[in-house]
Amino acid sequence: MFDQITFFVVAAIILIFSVLTVTSRKILRSAVYLLFVLIATAVLYFMLDYNFLAAVQLTVYAGGIVVLIIFSILLTSHISERAVVAPTFQRLLSALSAVAGAVLVLMVVMKFNFVPDTTPVQYAATAISATDSTAVASTVPTIKDVGHALVSYDRGGFALPFEVISILLLAAMIGAIVVARKERASFPGKKEVIDNSENESEQ
Amino acid sequence: MIQNVPLSYVLIVSTLMFFIGIFGFLTRRNLITMLISIELILNSVNINFVAFNRYLYPQGFEGHFFSMIVIAVAAAESAVAIAIIINIYRNFKSIDVENVDQMKF
Repeated sequence: MFDQITFFVVAAIILIFSVLTVTSRKILRSAVYLLFVLIATAVLYFMLDYNFLAAVQLTVYAGGIVVLIIFSILLTSHISERAVVAPTFQRLLSALSAVAGAVLVLMVVMKFNFVPDTTPVQYAATAISATDSTAVASTVPTIKDVGHALVSYDRGGFALPFEVISILLLAAMIGAIVVARKERASFPGKKEVIDNSENESEQ
Repeated sequence: MIQNVPLSYVLIVSTLMFFIGIFGFLTRRNLITMLISIELILNSVNINFVAFNRYLYPQGFEGHFFSMIVIAVAAAESAVAIAIIINIYRNFKSIDVENVDQMKF
């Protein structure tokens, strides 16, 4: 009962602030509404017992991406500036297509009968460790399980995606620095304040 | 899994969030707010992966890892996108898509 009430509160927060995010005329305010949506999503992950994923969501999304977005808003527009929106006809058409898509997907979701898959996992790397005492606790991945699966190169391990993602992050980091850097023949040193703030926002 | 909350409730939340993001992406004219809409869409897909993993396949955690990888890719994507947006702002003095109609120099 308590879980149900909490879920409905979290769902209401997610939906209300999602709508506010895409309709708010002030850009900075819309970024802050996005922060609320992401934190409510992390609460949803906590309720589903995925603690590590919720922590990742909080640190990377709420702590990293939203701060990056707020930095870039402050660099590119005035706080009091109101966002330009599409003409009314176009907004109406977009709302109509979004509602049509939502109704279509919701009809399928409500009608479909989801059956849980109870067959045990064949490979050891991703299975939840059976050392836990109670049956309920054995289905909850601990951080130890997550860490083991992340570096395991057995069947079902996630060592290859882990390495690929690290290379992708490195490439994105270097690419972001190269793209956002100012084109200049000689670097003039650190006397310009604007240069420093831009360098911070790239990291 | 959450007590007394069936899977379809979680899927309803993520579906509505996805189409709110689509609506924002179609109606916004500012590059940063379009990026914010994309973050909403990615987040709703993450909720889907996690809910399917937790409700239908609780003995493994492939969906859990897929969500983590999506979060990492979203971080990389937004870093590169913001670098491009700052570069566009430097060249056009505006980040509205209406004004950015000439991408080559």
